[in-house]
Amino acid sequence: MMIQDTVSETNKFRFVYLIKPRDFSNAGDASANVKAELQKHGIEPDVIRRVSIICFEAEMNIVLYTKGGKLIVEVDDQKVDILALDKGPGIEDIELVMTPGYSTAPEWALEYGFGAGMGLPNIKNNSDVFEIESEVGKGTIVHSIVYRRKNEIKGNN
Amino acid sequence: MKLKEIIERCNLRVFTPEVNFEDIDITGGYTSDLLSDVMAACEAGSIWVTIQRHLNIVAVAKLKEIPAILITRGLVPEKSTIEKAQAEGVVLLGTGLNSFEATGKIYCLLKGIKGA
Ligand SMILES: Nc1ncnc2c1ncn2[C@@H]1O[C@H](COP(=O)(O)OP(=O)(O)OP(=O)(O)O)[C@@H](O)[C@H]1O
Ligand SMILES: [Mg+2]
Repeated sequence: MMIQDTVSETNKFRFVYLIKPRDFSNAGDASANVKAELQKHGIEPDVIRRVSIICFEAEMNIVLYTKGGKLIVEVDDQKVDILALDKGPGIEDIELVMTPGYSTAPEWALEYGFGAGMGLPNIKNNSDVFEIESEVGKGTIVHSIVYRRKNEIKGNN
Repeated sequence: MKLKEIIERCNLRVFTPEVNFEDIDITGGYTSDLLSDVMAACEAGSIWVTIQRHLNIVAVAKLKEIPAILITRGLVPEKSTIEKAQAEGVVLLGTGLNSFEATGKIYCLLKGIKGA
């Protein structure tokens, strides 16, 4: 894990992490850093709780299944925007991988406690906006938004 | 209930002597060996009962605000797990009981059920 750049404007913060494949000694560090940064900036505890789950699951999927990728977290007054990008192999059947319980985790990963097939469903359940896009041979993008002022935003609609 | 009391009453082994647990309060528990299940369902302030020993459990505990992990069946965490737990302030505990037995005992203690 490594912070690539941290941009801070007036009310906007961005954190970028490089996630290495199969790197279990640092796995979870990006998510832990996101949580610490959000706490530092006084983000609402419930938002931090949900963002932590989303980041951890996305980070672990990049470590377990891909050739590596990035976690990008952007925070502003309204929301926390989380983007998990990877360099492939991509996902053939999105509907299938979104099915709770579906997993292709290899034997060694099961021994570490992965492979419940709950990671992507956890991401979706904790997101206000959830999108997943993938191209086989290219990579996958998982995009989540957690709103900070959910009730206000709902009221405006 | 104070974690200290659970440790004493259940005779738990402490793998992280440098982490101060005097003031830790335990408000519930969760038993699972699947990290995503714990991510989804374990409440903050819980003791987590598991047979997992890899250092990922510390990352999960930190993110979920789980103050203590109890490793069952006499299993011993990897050295890297203990080091990370010490550094992150997560209490790592051990017992010779299996997860079912340990969960039952702690459940009774937390709920004030006699005979545990
Ligand atoms: N970024 C990704 N690139 C390619 N395949 C992926 C990616 N993320 C998930 N998958 C596939 O989707 C499946 C389901 O993912 P999900 O995170 O829901 O469960 P899991 O990782 O198998 O288990 P858990 O997250 O519960 O430990 C994975 O087993 C894997 O086959
Ligand atoms: Mg997963």
